[in-house]
Amino acid sequence: MDAKDILGLPKTTHPLSQEKKSRPPKESQRKPDGISREVYALIGGVPPLMPAIEPSQLKKRPPSDEKITWQWLPFTNSARKDDLQLYHWVRVVNGAPPTGDYSFAKYNKSVDIIKYTDEEYDKYLTDPMWTKEETDQLFDLCQQFDLRFIVIADRFPSSRTVEELKHRYYSVSRHILIARAASPADVSGHPLVKEPYKVTQEKERKRALSMVLSQTKNQERKDAEVLAEAKRIAESRARMVARSARELELPVTFNDERGIVPGESISPLSSTVAPSTSMDNTSTLGTLRLLRVYLRTYALDQMIIAASSSAGLRTIKRVEQSLQELGVNLKPRVPTKAVCSEHLELRKEILTLLNLQKELQYKEADGSSYRDSTYETPGTPKDRTFVPDSMMFGGERVVKRDQKRKGPGRVSEAPSSPAQSKRPRKLKATDL
Amino acid sequence: MSARKVGEAQPQPEDGGSAQVSQSVRASKSSDDSDKKSTDRKLKDVDICVPIVYGTIAFYLGRKASESQSHKWTVYVRGATNEDLGVVVKRVVFQLHPSFNNPMRVIESPPFELTECGWGEFEIAISLFFHNDICEKQLDLYHHLKLYTEDESGPQSTKKPVVMESYNEIVFPDPSEAFFARVQNHPAVIVPRLPAGFNLPNPVINDNMNENKCGDTKDHPLSQWFLNFSEADELLKLAAARQEVQAHIVNMRRKLNLMEGVPQLSKPPSGFEYA
Repeated sequence: MDAKDILGLPKTTHPLSQEKKSRPPKESQRKPDGISREVYALIGGVPPLMPAIEPSQLKKRPPSDEKITWQWLPFTNSARKDDLQLYHWVRVVNGAPPTGDYSFAKYNKSVDIIKYTDEEYDKYLTDPMWTKEETDQLFDLCQQFDLRFIVIADRFPSSRTVEELKHRYYSVSRHILIARAASPADVSGHPLVKEPYKVTQEKERKRALSMVLSQTKNQERKDAEVLAEAKRIAESRARMVARSARELELPVTFNDERGIVPGESISPLSSTVAPSTSMDNTSTLGTLRLLRVYLRTYALDQMIIAASSSAGLRTIKRVEQSLQELGVNLKPRVPTKAVCSEHLELRKEILTLLNLQKELQYKEADGSSYRDSTYETPGTPKDRTFVPDSMMFGGERVVKRDQKRKGPGRVSEAPSSPAQSKRPRKLKATDL
Repeated sequence: MSARKVGEAQPQPEDGGSAQVSQSVRASKSSDDSDKKSTDRKLKDVDICVPIVYGTIAFYLGRKASESQSHKWTVYVRGATNEDLGVVVKRVVFQLHPSFNNPMRVIESPPFELTECGWGEFEIAISLFFHNDICEKQLDLYHHLKLYTEDESGPQSTKKPVVMESYNEIVFPDPSEAFFARVQNHPAVIVPRLPAGFNLPNPVINDNMNENKCGDTKDHPLSQWFLNFSEADELLKLAAARQEVQAHIVNMRRKLNLMEGVPQLSKPPSGFEYA
């Protein structure tokens, strides 16, 4: 690449050379200080987002003035209830060991479980469903297991559900709180008082969660589809409401269209809005229902537009061509409800057929791209797919195809092999 | 002041006690009425359809023709079965070429037609206005006045006119109950069958409803030239076309399935014809 530059030779349009073209501008941006170019490129070739450890820091560390030794010393842990003494290595600076508690003691947190007295129990906390013994046991377990109710439920001597245990614990705590408070206002802000634990709500919530979790992939997909559909309907409904609001304000205008305009004279609006929005059949029907009066031909046109919204102009022309070849009027002569419905269905079926033909051509092209180019006489695979076409449409189609192609003959298999798989497809795109 | 919001269902029966209809009630935009008239209650998901034919018939005037008036033509809107359109249409306005005197011609009663003399072809704008209980908006149609036939072989005949007619259907979605009740048995109108037990208010007939007999075009002087519009032919052709397309679709699908089953072939199979 550089050699060519030096020699002044023109660069080829080889794809590899394209990459090398883009590299020089990137290389000029490099500014590695402290690390070599290759290492910098390994990391990503761009300055890091966050400052990493300073390389200078890594080099000089030993503090010259301090005297560091490591000693095997005993220590106590304030988090322990016994006075167990263990040993570990300690970094001693200038003969003085570090002060302070064991560094991990602060992580020994636990939940504050309310502890009630017997009198308090008798006064506030008696419950027909619970004995004092059970309640005491519950609170012991809560203390022991930090309110992890799943574990508590498992260990609880008599079988109680998690919801029952939670309910008992929270209601007891709540009553104690309220009882011990100087006035109700003091504790009204406490979360236990504000939002007490509700068993039924919890049961429902858990049931719903398990339902969602146990949904099959199929169900999930269906749900997503239904939601998307609902969203679309809501949106189209909002659009229709907005549109009908606009319609009522538009003055009556005459239109140059050869066809028919709807009674509400929204033709300037609808002719621009309708084709641009990709409406499907249901939303078209909905829009029609909003009109106070319309002509059957107008309705048919709208439905045709909606049905062809995914098709390009050429495809639409092909549909019309097919209709003509089948001897069907492009616009029905007697547009009754039945005729219009049949006409629409016919158009949709022709679209389906055209799409299938396209698919078949692609499949054939895929097959042909693997073959040796010497095997192919020009137009071999294409002819095979078009024979059914000519059967149906009287052979005109094949002729037209020839006329449309510009440049070298039928199939230009001439280009280099890497691009071959692309070529046939390109032709098809223009043909359609 | 009972201000009713749009979309509110009416709990109490009114105007003739159609209580069971209250479920299909959809309040209209009139918010100042304290009670809903039957004109405001609409039948949801119901379409009233009026098939019409509109067009022109033009006669060459022959010896009586002059430079400025070579043809005598009639533009009209009629029911497709020649029934009286007056039950639905209040009046029709034909907008002619500006070179005519008073180019805006209003026809207040059926048969909705207009006869004129002239020499040129132009586009006529036909506006249909419907009765008050049907629709406030007008419906616009356009028709090209044809005076000359395609083949200009020989002199024009004064006996055989040039006829251009178009068939179409006017659709009224979600019609008011009053409208429905009024037209449900009229031959010019196609109404769907309502579910049993539907209680409609009694039809109200106004003076200007044109219920007189002479509104139909069955015995119209030009009726011999009216074209016949039968959907049967078109339906047949469409059905045949659909069958053909469907057969080809089946064919294509079979081919595609075969292709998917077959791995890449190393040489083109024999037996195919090359173009």
